[in-house]
Amino acid sequence: MTTMPQATWSAEAKLTEVIRSAQTKIVKIFGAGGLRQLEAHQTGILISPSGHVLTALSYVLDTDDLAVVLDDGRSFLPEYLGSDPVLELALLRIPIEDENLPYFDLQTNTSARVGDRILALSNLYSIATGDEPVSVLQGTITAIAPLEARRGAFTTANREEVYVVDAYANNPGAAGGALIDWQGNLLGVLGKEVKSRVTGTWLNYALPTVSFAGSVNKLLAGHETPRKPPSQLPEQSLTAELLGMRLVPDVLPLTPPYIDSIRRASPAERAGLRADDLIVFVSDRQITSCRALYEALKYHDVREEIEVSVLRDGELVEVTLQANDENAEN
Amino acid sequence: MKFLALLLCLPFLVLQTIVSAAPTPPPEVLAAEEARVAVIERASAASVSILEASGQSGGSGVLITPDGFALTNFHVVAPCGVAMKCGLNDGQLYDAVIVGVDPVGDVALIQLLGRNDFPVAQLGDSDLVQVGDWVFTAGNPFLLADDFSPSISYGMISGVHRYQYPAGTLLEYADCLQTDAAVNPGNSGGALFDAEGQLIGINGRCSFEKRGRVNVGVGYAISINQIKRFVSHLKSGRIVDHASLGFTVTTEEIGRVVVDDILDTSDAYRRGLRYDDQILRFAGREIRTANALKTALGTYPRDWTVPLAYRRDGKTYSIRLRLPGLHDPAQLVDMIQQQAEEPSEPPEGSPPQPENEQEDQPLPDIRDLIPETAELPSAVQSRYEEVRGYANYWYNRQRQEQLWQSYISKNALNQMGTNWLIAGSLADDEQFEIRLDGELGEIRMPMGQSGAVFSGDLETQLSPPGSGGLLLALHLWQRIIDRGLSKFGEVYYLGQLPEGPEGELLDCMVGIYGGVEIRFLFLPEVGDLVGIELFSADDMDPCAIRFANFQEISGRRLPTRWQVRHQEKTFAEMQIETWQDGDNSSTKSGATN
Repeated sequence: MTTMPQATWSAEAKLTEVIRSAQTKIVKIFGAGGLRQLEAHQTGILISPSGHVLTALSYVLDTDDLAVVLDDGRSFLPEYLGSDPVLELALLRIPIEDENLPYFDLQTNTSARVGDRILALSNLYSIATGDEPVSVLQGTITAIAPLEARRGAFTTANREEVYVVDAYANNPGAAGGALIDWQGNLLGVLGKEVKSRVTGTWLNYALPTVSFAGSVNKLLAGHETPRKPPSQLPEQSLTAELLGMRLVPDVLPLTPPYIDSIRRASPAERAGLRADDLIVFVSDRQITSCRALYEALKYHDVREEIEVSVLRDGELVEVTLQANDENAEN
Repeated sequence: MKFLALLLCLPFLVLQTIVSAAPTPPPEVLAAEEARVAVIERASAASVSILEASGQSGGSGVLITPDGFALTNFHVVAPCGVAMKCGLNDGQLYDAVIVGVDPVGDVALIQLLGRNDFPVAQLGDSDLVQVGDWVFTAGNPFLLADDFSPSISYGMISGVHRYQYPAGTLLEYADCLQTDAAVNPGNSGGALFDAEGQLIGINGRCSFEKRGRVNVGVGYAISINQIKRFVSHLKSGRIVDHASLGFTVTTEEIGRVVVDDILDTSDAYRRGLRYDDQILRFAGREIRTANALKTALGTYPRDWTVPLAYRRDGKTYSIRLRLPGLHDPAQLVDMIQQQAEEPSEPPEGSPPQPENEQEDQPLPDIRDLIPETAELPSAVQSRYEEVRGYANYWYNRQRQEQLWQSYISKNALNQMGTNWLIAGSLADDEQFEIRLDGELGEIRMPMGQSGAVFSGDLETQLSPPGSGGLLLALHLWQRIIDRGLSKFGEVYYLGQLPEGPEGELLDCMVGIYGGVEIRFLFLPEVGDLVGIELFSADDMDPCAIRFANFQEISGRRLPTRWQVRHQEKTFAEMQIETWQDGDNSSTKSGATN
């Protein structure tokens, strides 16, 4: 037995409690994937007492078979509420009632500085199953810098400042996990696996809470006031075909609405849309899948002018287009 | 002049910079640092750098006894064969010999030779380890250390009670510790210490996947509490097997684990467990998922006895289970040979491979690296004996002989012969008499008289009825005392097993003769034979005799209280009053109480 100062011991005892408490706010997510290098699992954090789960927007969520497993081992099929395609975050909700789940409050924004000690909690490598607690790694914030990353050959959309850490925080399956300080406050959410565009090495980073709290709170609010669908469909609905664009084949429940091709001399081309653009908004309504786009267009009259926002090389591009100016010419 | 003034200023400036940038740390910080340095110094001295004889591959280990016994991974010693070279941080290289292996748990015991005062690590209690505890690894990652001083890496416990699937049925990591302290190739077999320098685990595995064979913050250590149960078995020089259950379970919902299949030949079945029973606790652990049961089970050696609680129709039952083996012994030997021929991992300490290398890609054949059976160093040669089924039979023979010689000489049992006449009283003061003559046995009790013939099929000679084979057990005890270890039949030292409700650990020596198995249980250190268990068949409960009240009877020291149990019931409580043996024809009186 060595004689360590008493203060150190009580501080350590507290750290194990901080960790245990934080683990109860983390969920294990099991979904699509399972092929080589496409893990069928990731992590999420509870952000409300009523079962809202924030996680990474990824192919793992692309299944009707999604399972969100709480720290106590209970498993739920979540509802998909929406996503932020730039930050690549998704909001889910598990069907629970009359229960006060432990959660990270996004209203209390805690930020950190370079040199601060951190803990990264996630179900990396899917080590935990059932009621087993997620893993915790420790380290330090080594930089706060804009994300300059790539996934495969593609540059990632997010260019916001992120916390870069020296813990191996972003292993397979860690995306959606929590970065917390030694008091247990949420500092950020662990991002998806990406490599540095400069060095090609894997990055260990988290999106700071401040970078997504606004967007996520909007998603939260958006859902809680149920969206009222227009009482009736217009006489003639708008279609993607009429706008002159074709989307990628719709093969999954949540196929990302990428433009596959643009018809020559179409309204889409005149508005400046291009193949490989990812549609994220149509007239202020968030679009997360091909199906959602087709559904949204139905409620617009063919003569209506619509605003479309697309993601192109990490930039949000907004255009306005109208279908019937082409029709008029025909 | 100006120049000189400037020069004079400089030291002052420098001094000022140092003082302002690095104020003296508070005394408690310095004290903590000093304590940590001392802990690491002690831990480093007990850390072993293990090298295969040609120096091509290797790993790490840690010393646990002053006479040189050290723990490491099975997968570290597998390519080494019988002998290895071990470096300590005193800069010395020692010869070492393989002692025992646990291929399922990926643990091996070796002995460093040449000293009786090796520095050792203190064993901790891995069940007390919590997520968030500070820990450090000590080992030889990438075989970096030319002077054998270990690399130290500090980190945190990331998870406890982790389960990592085996490769086939070997190298299973059950109930292991997960840490972000760096564990790299070459760290395998080395120690995981807690912040006070207590040994809490043996590092052996990492998650790498697409990131190449370097640490990415996820290392696993076999918990020291698992290894503690195996150490005496490993010291037996055997190839040690893990336990299985004899039944399987499924998680119906979290918190409800039920039996979904059970062998009617298993001990669990004989103790009353049935299909659909809910498992509540296993070896003191609450079982809420099938995975939790697998995690707990994986830490036990074959033959261990554990308490199990289950529920049926709202009623809770508590039983003690004797755990069967995971493998058939011959099968285990074959699997190890295959493992040695087709290693699942590249040699330890090989440089990290490019990032696109996958863990499950075919790996380089290391057979080329294994040297032709080279001449063993003489120190190793005198401590090695090759017998199929053993890692090193020399250690088994040693343990057998130590136990037996001390037993015979301490109790003056030489020349007891095979003519025994034992008489005394039962619990209700009724009398009994047992006669043995080497070929026949006979017992007279109030409920009747019965006999046994000790030739031919011994497993049918299980009288008196309800005892499980009391006469046969006594005959085999006579036989081994009379003939000694070498002429009894097959004999081996098994290790220590828990006995009785308290789980007291006893040294177990096994004898096999005439198709039955007999176990002799000795009190460790003291060496008294305190129990005999006769197994007439694998799927039968044993006849278990516990001995107590050792007293002098005509110059010999013999047990005068016997408790005979079979099928969880007491068959007889016997108080021995007279005991004649072969060399004496006249009845001698037992010591008065």
